[in-house]
Amino acid sequence: MTIKTEPVTINLGPQHPSTHGVFRLRVTFDGEVVLDVEPVFGYLHRGSEKLAESRTYVQIVTLTDRMDYIASMSNNLAYVRAVEKLAGIDVPERAQYIRVISAELQRIASHMMATGFLLNDLGAFATPLMYCFRERERILDLFEMLCGARITLSYMRPGGLLQDAPPDFWPALDRVVKDLPASIDELEQLITGNEIVLTRTRNVGTLTAEQAIDNSVSGPMLRAAGVQWDLRKADPYEVYDRLEFDVPIGADGDNFDRYVVRIQEMRESVRIIEQCVRQMPEGGPVRSPAPFFIRAPEGDAYSAVEGPKGELGFYIVSDGGIAPYRCKVRAPSFINLTPLREMLVGGKMGDLITTFGSVDIVLGEVDR
Amino acid sequence: MYGLALFKGLGVTMKNLVSPGRMFTVHQYPDRKIGLMGLARMNGQNPLTFTFRQPAEAMKALVGLASVRDRQYQHPRFRGEEFSWYENRCTGCASCAKYCPLGIIKIVTDPAKTDLQEGDKYFLEVFDIDIGRCMFCGLCVEACPYDALHMGSGFEEGRYSRAELVIDKAKLVASPKRPSHWFRPQLAARDAYNPLEGDEADSHDVHRHEKPSLSQQRSRWGQR
Amino acid sequence: MSYEIHAAGILDFGSIYAFIDSLLPEGLDWLAFTVGGFVLSFIVINALVMSTAVYTWFERRTLGRFQNRLGPNRWGPFGVLQPIADLVKLITKEDTTPDDADRWVMTLAPVVLLVPTLLVVAVVPFGQDSFLGRLNIGILFVLGVTSVNTIAIFMAGWGSANKYAMLGAMRGVAMLVSYEVPMALGVVGVVLLSGSLALFDIVEAQPIPFLLVQPLGFLIFVAAASAEMSRTPFDQIEAESELGSGYNTEYSGIKFALLFLAEFMAPLINSMIIVVLFLGGTRGFSPVPGQIWFILKTFAVVFALLWVRATWPRLRVDQIMGFAWKGLFALSLVNIFAIAIEVVIFQDETGAITAGQMWIMAAINWAITIAAVVVTARTLGQRKLERRRASPSPLANMYAEAD
Repeated sequence: MTIKTEPVTINLGPQHPSTHGVFRLRVTFDGEVVLDVEPVFGYLHRGSEKLAESRTYVQIVTLTDRMDYIASMSNNLAYVRAVEKLAGIDVPERAQYIRVISAELQRIASHMMATGFLLNDLGAFATPLMYCFRERERILDLFEMLCGARITLSYMRPGGLLQDAPPDFWPALDRVVKDLPASIDELEQLITGNEIVLTRTRNVGTLTAEQAIDNSVSGPMLRAAGVQWDLRKADPYEVYDRLEFDVPIGADGDNFDRYVVRIQEMRESVRIIEQCVRQMPEGGPVRSPAPFFIRAPEGDAYSAVEGPKGELGFYIVSDGGIAPYRCKVRAPSFINLTPLREMLVGGKMGDLITTFGSVDIVLGEVDR
Repeated sequence: MYGLALFKGLGVTMKNLVSPGRMFTVHQYPDRKIGLMGLARMNGQNPLTFTFRQPAEAMKALVGLASVRDRQYQHPRFRGEEFSWYENRCTGCASCAKYCPLGIIKIVTDPAKTDLQEGDKYFLEVFDIDIGRCMFCGLCVEACPYDALHMGSGFEEGRYSRAELVIDKAKLVASPKRPSHWFRPQLAARDAYNPLEGDEADSHDVHRHEKPSLSQQRSRWGQR
Repeated sequence: MSYEIHAAGILDFGSIYAFIDSLLPEGLDWLAFTVGGFVLSFIVINALVMSTAVYTWFERRTLGRFQNRLGPNRWGPFGVLQPIADLVKLITKEDTTPDDADRWVMTLAPVVLLVPTLLVVAVVPFGQDSFLGRLNIGILFVLGVTSVNTIAIFMAGWGSANKYAMLGAMRGVAMLVSYEVPMALGVVGVVLLSGSLALFDIVEAQPIPFLLVQPLGFLIFVAAASAEMSRTPFDQIEAESELGSGYNTEYSGIKFALLFLAEFMAPLINSMIIVVLFLGGTRGFSPVPGQIWFILKTFAVVFALLWVRATWPRLRVDQIMGFAWKGLFALSLVNIFAIAIEVVIFQDETGAITAGQMWIMAAINWAITIAAVVVTARTLGQRKLERRRASPSPLANMYAEAD
């Protein structure tokens, strides 16, 4: 005898504890098994790209803060690099180093948050999350020293930085960088070998290298699938070509590999910061003279950086005015959601939440 | 394997439970509960003499009822949710209004009342900042050529209605002058000026350059 | 100073009957018994509710410290009045019922959940003379009454007409029914060893705590009990990251307060049962009363459960079921066989086992436990856990162009 059952459709979100914002998934379940997934987004759409068309080039920096609001530095960097490329502005060397330092700090902060929330999605009662937040908090303190804000930083400007780091920043940075490896070790002790984490994340939400490339996935998700691709190495910008670091990759492209790749990237970031502090020129300008109302020549420019979530690119078209004619953002969070259906269908409900958490999206960036 | 790592994890959490030096992820504001030891240390006495001298306070602290005002350490560069504005430095050029990404600064000036004695300057009739819509990016401060507008350091700007969130000229004049170090290296260079500890800076302190005297100006203009 | 069966008692429940009987005229023993019973139930239940309130504070405060937070600390000294603040908030909140809800079922569910939880204390021996009922089938009563929880959780999920609640309730039913089996089988070892179903006799039959004699039974029982009260790593019923709040998604106000009470009382009650079955109950060293020993041991078990909750993530629902049937079930059978054979070998004509013999059993059982756990871990988990070495995919390689 067979029991007649119907699939159940459940709206996961927009109000749900683990949708990382206001994301909505229309999921069809057969009991606990996912039959179909339909992502619905746009709840946080603020029209950043359209707003950019009526802002001057410097004013747009404040808009980029609010896209990926847990990695503002990387957004600022990606945007100002596109403007510099378009308008042909040079950046002083010291500014480039400080940019790299702050971008790597931001990467650590963002990965900390991703790891913490992944574990929260796995059901750990906020303990790893709080340990991650403890470390992120120290990085935010550093950002406060640099630019007076913790989240919406607006630190970078076309042509350099807003202002040089204060003298008390460097000892504080040293302390953080010295303590970080131990904290990451502690986090790994708590999570990496944990059998419950392993059984929950191994071979779950698997994305093969082919699928990842087909879906234009980037960042830790791509590297977890075994594709060695990092814009910092493949197309070095700023001073990355003078720095030594490895690009960690995963074997299977499952949730656990994504977690491991993030942890290893944090270690690499610490290495990069240490090298930057050693190599950096003492003193000197941090901002080349660029007018506030930049009039970029007609034309277009695309510039991408390796953000914490993947390839973050800005495509700016100028018609010669003080505002861009068009500003398109290649948001990694948004594009990394493309293979969502391939990863989720056939899994269990618990896997759905975990896999979704391991993608590490920020809805501000998905909806822009 | 075999679940050993599970117990390693238990060790990590226990370490965090017992080790006293762990940084807390939360900071209490506006006041924080304080124990006997902490209170005695704050009063500069050892716990025994403190208990002997102020038994009531000591008892309160022992049962966890004593609290002291507290606030998280912030860097003097912290951009607060307020502005410090110096009327005598402002020329009414409205650079800040032009630079504002949201267009929330409203300036009305009257050229008829130009003050020639102080140098060329418009008379400001209206200077409104709608901080209900402000995102405190600080571009207006960056734009100000005369160091008249600064980011403040306070952040307790909550109000009960939106209309109260508009800062007008009178409020700006009356507001405490505690400019943040943000984008003002001249303030950072001043010895021991920390706006977060309540230090104030008057209009003479915040300038980038010494203001030329009338005779200097005349001679400079005469040379042109 | 010796490890006594019942360390000196401080609370003699029987004296309350005697006191009431002395106040009443002759021939009204039944009335004295009834009134005394009511008075005692009132005291015990209120003490339990109060200790649950204190426990919520303790749990939140300790979890906070585990997570480098402070936990509740504003209301009263060190925040101990926080449960009262919570209660006031929950009572004054609007008690909403969804339109489609089955009102009767939804309203009754918290009561059905709370009552069996409270009933369990009837048979728990807090001390030599401190107990409500000396039931000769105490452990059966405990197992039977706690399984009513399943119905209550399903009522809550079904009645509130919410898909999340329904999913939580379905998971709850599947999980609770599955974990009844290892829980009961875990108890069998204790019953074999003590030769009685009464909790008093079980305490008396522990010259050394059964935790040492049959660690495997202890592990099984603790795992099953934490599944029964849906604590990590088995908290699938609520699974707040997946289901919002599981079966109590639609509850608010005083109904939620009752669910909350039952939910936080469960760890206390289960800890008491664990203490009675495996840690020697009221046994302790003499000058300190047995009740204090009981409370201390309960506190230790509660803290251990809390520690686990603060550390481990949650298993997936099918993995939990697999763990129950493939892991715990097999282990509990091993435990029963081992204990049964040992009991047959060691017991004398009267069925008694001396402490010395128990130490020998303990040595054998620890070896068996370690072997059984290793074998189970290897068969269940090991194959999945090995990692391949990462090798760069040939599809896109940024180093390729540089070479």
